[in-house]
Amino acid sequence: MKPLFLIPVALFVVVGAFFGYGLTRDPSAIPSQLIDRQLPDFDMPAIEGLDEGLSSDELSGEVMLLNVFASWCISCHIEHPFLMQLAQNNVIKIYGLNWKEKPGEGKAWLDRLGNPYTKIGDDQAGRVAIDLGVTGAPETFIIDREGRVRFRVAAPITEDYWNDVLAPMIEELRNQ
Amino acid sequence: MNGRAFIIALAMLGSAFAAEPDEVLADLALEARAQKIDILLRCVVCQSQSIAESNAPLAKDLRLLVRERLTEGDTDDQVIAYMVERYGDYVLLKPPVQSNTLFLWGFPFLALAAGVAGALLFLRSSKLQSKAEPLSEDDEADINRILDERS
Repeated sequence: MKPLFLIPVALFVVVGAFFGYGLTRDPSAIPSQLIDRQLPDFDMPAIEGLDEGLSSDELSGEVMLLNVFASWCISCHIEHPFLMQLAQNNVIKIYGLNWKEKPGEGKAWLDRLGNPYTKIGDDQAGRVAIDLGVTGAPETFIIDREGRVRFRVAAPITEDYWNDVLAPMIEELRNQ
Repeated sequence: MNGRAFIIALAMLGSAFAAEPDEVLADLALEARAQKIDILLRCVVCQSQSIAESNAPLAKDLRLLVRERLTEGDTDDQVIAYMVERYGDYVLLKPPVQSNTLFLWGFPFLALAAGVAGALLFLRSSKLQSKAEPLSEDDEADINRILDERS
């Protein structure tokens, strides 16, 4: 009969371990559905003040970034200087999706802070962003030579994160 | 204002949807379907709310998209599948029953079965204990003597 008393104790340990593991995971992280899939088709017009828009056909042939940004997005301000640094050193081509921006404000923002983007598409209605499964800005997709999404960063890219995670990944994709 | 109208007004308050006036479809049957879908979809920005409850701009975009798909003739299931294709199962407030959610859905039943089994074991063992030995003749005599003394 004695071992029966161990059952609640054992249950406690098992349930505790389970919940303990749960605490190490981020329940708000929504995994991207696009990983290893082709970019969805889109053809965005130019933002007001620029001539060229951005279509999904252009996003292949080399490893590149597609960055979702907006002037109203505070984290984008934090990320912006590092994107400028990447662009100025020709580390990688960065394409931009200007998300839910009022006409003219995107261009004004870039005029003030610099434009790290090779090309920018205007997604005023936010429809392309939904096709990409975007949950907030900034968000960055790493796209491989075949135009497939290989990774998504749902946060501002920092120099540390770039050096530790993204740079090695991009290096590997370039060598494939 | 009579009581019934007041209660109806209160009930409507409880189901107040965030669908803003500029979103509501003129086709009321379609709008009703849209509102039913809205409460099933998680707002991916403020995640404990449905897109019906949330006033996040992205939730508004998703509500508009639900209405657009319905207007184009999608069934309710097709609209939901459209969202799942983009945002994954996370967009569903009610997780689907599938291989990676079996434990989630099955655990309450496991717990119930374990509880019932535990209760049965407990009842059986206490029944065994209550089958006490009949009193010996000496015990009976003692009891009778004590009772006699008291009366």
